[in-house]
Amino acid sequence: MGGGIADEGLARRLKALACTAPLHDLDGRKARLDWADASGYQMAEIALQIIDQVTIAMDFDRGAGHEQVVVRMRPFVGAQATDRDEDEHDRITRWVLDNLINVGSVDRGFHTVYGTFGVTGEYQRRAFDFKLLVELAGPDGEVYLRATDEAINVLVGALDTDVESAQIAAEVKLENLIRRGRLSDAKLAAEQARYRTVQYAETLRRKLDATRRDVRAVDWTAEVPDLIDEALRHIEDRFRAENAILRNITAARDDAEDADRKRRAADLVDIVGDCIRRHTQLQARLQSAGETFRAEQDRQQFSGPPQRAAVDLFGQLLVPCLDLPLAGAERPTSAFFGAGAGLRLPSVPGLVGLVEMLLVPAQERDGLGGDVAEPDLAPLPASDRYTEQQWRAVDNLFELDEIPRRLSGLLGEARRIDGDLAGLVVLRALHAFSPEVGSAVRQGERWLVLAVADGTDLMDTEYGGADLLVARARLDPQSPQSPQSAEDGEVA
Amino acid sequence: MTTARSDAESAARLVALGMRPKQLPARDVVYAELVTRYRQDDDFKGIVNAIAAGLGMVVLAVTRQSGMVLAAQEDSVFEIRMDEYARRTAIGGRRGAEKVIHGVIHMAVAAIGFPRPDDLANDTYIGRVSVEQVDAMVREACRMLEERAKAAEANNDPLEDAPELERAWRAYARRPAAAITKDGRLAADTTRGMTAKAMRFLAEQGFLVQVNADQSGTYRTTPRYQVQVRELAAVRAFDELLDLGVVAVTGSGGSLHTASDTLSGELPDV
Repeated sequence: MGGGIADEGLARRLKALACTAPLHDLDGRKARLDWADASGYQMAEIALQIIDQVTIAMDFDRGAGHEQVVVRMRPFVGAQATDRDEDEHDRITRWVLDNLINVGSVDRGFHTVYGTFGVTGEYQRRAFDFKLLVELAGPDGEVYLRATDEAINVLVGALDTDVESAQIAAEVKLENLIRRGRLSDAKLAAEQARYRTVQYAETLRRKLDATRRDVRAVDWTAEVPDLIDEALRHIEDRFRAENAILRNITAARDDAEDADRKRRAADLVDIVGDCIRRHTQLQARLQSAGETFRAEQDRQQFSGPPQRAAVDLFGQLLVPCLDLPLAGAERPTSAFFGAGAGLRLPSVPGLVGLVEMLLVPAQERDGLGGDVAEPDLAPLPASDRYTEQQWRAVDNLFELDEIPRRLSGLLGEARRIDGDLAGLVVLRALHAFSPEVGSAVRQGERWLVLAVADGTDLMDTEYGGADLLVARARLDPQSPQSPQSAEDGEVA
Repeated sequence: MTTARSDAESAARLVALGMRPKQLPARDVVYAELVTRYRQDDDFKGIVNAIAAGLGMVVLAVTRQSGMVLAAQEDSVFEIRMDEYARRTAIGGRRGAEKVIHGVIHMAVAAIGFPRPDDLANDTYIGRVSVEQVDAMVREACRMLEERAKAAEANNDPLEDAPELERAWRAYARRPAAAITKDGRLAADTTRGMTAKAMRFLAEQGFLVQVNADQSGTYRTTPRYQVQVRELAAVRAFDELLDLGVVAVTGSGGSLHTASDTLSGELPDV
């Protein structure tokens, strides 16, 4: 499997490209929202901002809660559409958030297809699944959001970079920028440094988690102590650098005359302050890591050699099964389930049991819900108010030429044909009052019946309102962009 | 003649008691006596085994701790099939993946319950399992396999037109761990939802006992579960794997500490 090196680079770029697709898709679909006119919102911007918020809120134990994100997004979304109320802003945020999680799909992720070349050089289509935001359950059972590596990579725009060296680069850039007083660039660099920090903390969190699950999963004689030393040294450096930067920009903030500059410097102070806070947190975790190990070692006692031969469930069953293709894994996993699930006891209702069963109040269903019942479909009752002939008669009436006719005249003619027709004529005229010109053009119609009010009142025994002018308008398929003008021309 | 009949009745009673998974010899004098008799009286043992066999069951063990542990033979009325278990959660056309994930979760519950081969063999061992642990462990295993696949530098993304060739770990890893439904409950088609379902099911079958609700539900294993896994489930699954030519050799200490990969696997992205 796997093609050449160039091929691999292409695949990587295609995957990176695919990660941005959900964001573009949001702007493409916003026009179809029926509960709000969303054209004023920049959905991709909101999405990026949400990913930012989630990433910033990520620390050791948890991420951002759904509501927290919605609240934090209020100022940003609100700024995009000041004339709308907060409810709509929140709803927009939730919509974007749901789309970033891709609620509704089973896997809550995105799926794309890309091509590679197989060993023999033939073109193969492969599936690439990725997620941007994931929901995870915290220790307290609450569900919170974390940004995935893909999302952080899309956001920071630095795939395949070495975190450590990138951080050093960002620091140098930051100091330079501050010295030269370019604060907006400095802010960007500081934010990037913070993402690196978050990424770094995330990696360490995973490592400590592995230790907590099984002490033996981690090499505590050499690897981890080295790693902790390295990380502590790293934090020391960062502290020094960031404190220096903080002093610098605090001075820049206080000295600044220009209000805008002052505000931006203040933002930067906040960001760097947050970086320092994060480092402190990381340092505390690193210092307690050894303690965690000793406590876990006490808890996860080692036992003697096996007393009899038994299967190693994890190494000999679970891992090999996970490594099999789905089609192959079905038999062993089903065999394990069938043999390990125990007995199904057929229930035998006795008379006493039956009476009790019937008297038992409705049981609470489990979270999975019941089978979906096949609905009994009955044909709809005929709802046609008018007969086929009446429709045809009215169609004939509306076979107008381009000279408009009054609705009153049409009504009179209709009544001469059939007393019942008047209602249908009125309805048709009303329908023609605001016709869907755009869709008629799309469907390739040549003609469209059009009604206009010119202020004359309708004098009729049954109906009131305006005596509409009804005419046929010719649609010009050559200029579908301006159906309005074609129609105007024809009617006038 | 009368003794033969009363023996048959006692034997059938023992089988009937074995079919009630939550009944234990320690709590029932008659049950305890019958268990003792089974262990001491070979004729009686023969009758019990014959009755069970006639009903389509196998006697896995009869001990004071576990009581009588019975397993259904294939195609017997007592057998629980994966198709029935996974029926209500099957969505769309990917039933295969759904069933495999359910099966993997059941294996993982057993693997956390008895992490080392030793624990499975030791009759006095009682394991503790929680929903959170099970899910975290499988995810960790999936991550290890992913690292291994990455290290092999092969393109493991599944082919678009052959989704059934997708690796099981990939299907599991892709499924979200937790998700909120519109009305604020936890979704059932997530791996945690499925794990919670598996553990509730096993508790109903007398294999697990809920200890508390920490970590989304913590349970302890019962001797019955240990016997069932050791004597039957693990063996059958192992045989299936042998048929597929998948043989994994691990040391006597077990492999739930597939150690340094975990760390070295993560190092590159630091």
